[in-house]
Amino acid sequence: MKLIKAVIKPFKLEEVKDALSEIGVEGMTVSEVKGFGRQKGHTEIYRGSEYTVDFLPKVKIEIGVADDLTDKVVDAIVGAAQTGKIGDGKIFILPMEECVRIRTGEKGDEAL
Amino acid sequence: MAIILAFSNAVPAHADDHEETPAAEEEAGPVDDYLELLEAQGEYAPAYDFFTTSMLWTVIAAALVFLMHLGFATLESGLCQKKNTVNILFKNVFIISIGVLTYAFFGFNTHYPGDFNGWFSWGGMIGDLNADGGSTWGYGGLGLAMTGFGDFIFQAMFAATGATIVSGAVAERVKLSAFMIFAVLFVGVAYPVAGSWHWGGGVLADIGFKDFAGSTVVHAFGGFGALACVMVLGPRRGKYTENGIKPIPAHNFPLAAIGVFLLMFGWYGFNGGSVLSAEPGALGLVFTTTTLAACAGALGAMFTSWFALKKPDLSMALNGILAGLVGITANADVVSVGSAILIGLIAGIIVVFAITFFDKSKIDDPVGAISVHGVCGIWGTLAVAIFADGFDFMVQLKGALLVSIFAFVFAYIVFTVLKAIMGVRVSEEEEDRGLDITEHGQEAYTN
Repeated sequence: MKLIKAVIKPFKLEEVKDALSEIGVEGMTVSEVKGFGRQKGHTEIYRGSEYTVDFLPKVKIEIGVADDLTDKVVDAIVGAAQTGKIGDGKIFILPMEECVRIRTGEKGDEAL
Repeated sequence: MAIILAFSNAVPAHADDHEETPAAEEEAGPVDDYLELLEAQGEYAPAYDFFTTSMLWTVIAAALVFLMHLGFATLESGLCQKKNTVNILFKNVFIISIGVLTYAFFGFNTHYPGDFNGWFSWGGMIGDLNADGGSTWGYGGLGLAMTGFGDFIFQAMFAATGATIVSGAVAERVKLSAFMIFAVLFVGVAYPVAGSWHWGGGVLADIGFKDFAGSTVVHAFGGFGALACVMVLGPRRGKYTENGIKPIPAHNFPLAAIGVFLLMFGWYGFNGGSVLSAEPGALGLVFTTTTLAACAGALGAMFTSWFALKKPDLSMALNGILAGLVGITANADVVSVGSAILIGLIAGIIVVFAITFFDKSKIDDPVGAISVHGVCGIWGTLAVAIFADGFDFMVQLKGALLVSIFAFVFAYIVFTVLKAIMGVRVSEEEEDRGLDITEHGQEAYTN
């Protein structure tokens, strides 16, 4: 099992969710986050004075998946979230030790 | 017939107290028109209709001016940081409440003392204002076509405005208790005293000073009081650094925009109600000049900010509408349509440069109140002499400076004394955490 964490542009969330639904992903956890990468921040202007906004708003999606589905999920996220411009985000793939469905106590792939 | 006689007698007496300018006296149109009408028809009805309509308009105008306090509340909270929203709203609730009460206790009778030395006369609580005239026009005749209570409630809504202007300028770091004491003295004592010089028939009325609805008496008064308070108080932490100005952006532009549109809506009562009757000619002119100046002010600020500050800045456009309105307030009843546009446009240009000037001078005014109300208030007062016939520039300048300097000195002394006794500023930690939590133990935006 893998835990996939994807940080994407906020307006891409709907498209990513649809793409994941299509390949059979049945759940995900989404958080509003802030951060920066090579994109850095951007400059804003207020009453004639410029200032930099370092942390840009992003959306983080977390999905637990079975090993054999990992590549398909990653491809779906890349396909849906890509704009080709700087700041598209990153996907982190972590090994996942265990997963428990709280309602039934099921464990492992059954619980995903 | 007795009623008609009483009415004719009442007019000249009140004309002395309330008519503001030589021009307004020459105009004395409505009274003459209706006296003729009465003579021709021998009827009580037509004048009473006019009186009733006028009184109705006056109380509607009072309600519109009340709505301006909602406009100030949303504008100020929108332009500040979200951690200080509860504090700003709390101050606004306090100011309108205490403003009306102090005006009833002593403000109104200090503001309109009747015969006095021209500088100061302390007035007591309002009595039964219907005693003089009751529900007829005995109170003010047809030139001031309202009852005593109508006059009181309309003027009471104005009274709190001075402190509301200060509230925006000192936002995000002023100590609540100190500000509340200041507000009581500023709206309760200083405003009616300064107001009596002009509208109460005092020294400014004697020299022919013209300020229709209060560019100087209300707005410059509040603006220069705000300047004094900000100078005593100092800027918000982190605003002026070694690397230059670090802006503290507005947290909610939609709220700020709602506030400005509400203020413009309320201004129809502020200026329109200051006609003091429903005289059709004056009402139409005042509504038109007020609107044109506001729109021209917006455009002036929009394009000035676009060219001078590189970007079309919404906060400047919003300040521009208000600048145009403050600019037209002194002269809305005596200028032409073209002049109104020019007055508003120039106010909109002035306000952008005034805001950047104060910012460069490290006078930290989160909402631009000093520029909008102080600087454009003086501009509107001078514009009377520039754009209308029959007014003296030096008299206008003298009046504007007298009231502004008085407000500045009064506020400076009161704030300095408060600073020595109890402090006027919250601690650095309190400022960093926000006044909502530290002063009120509440947040504006919770789950």
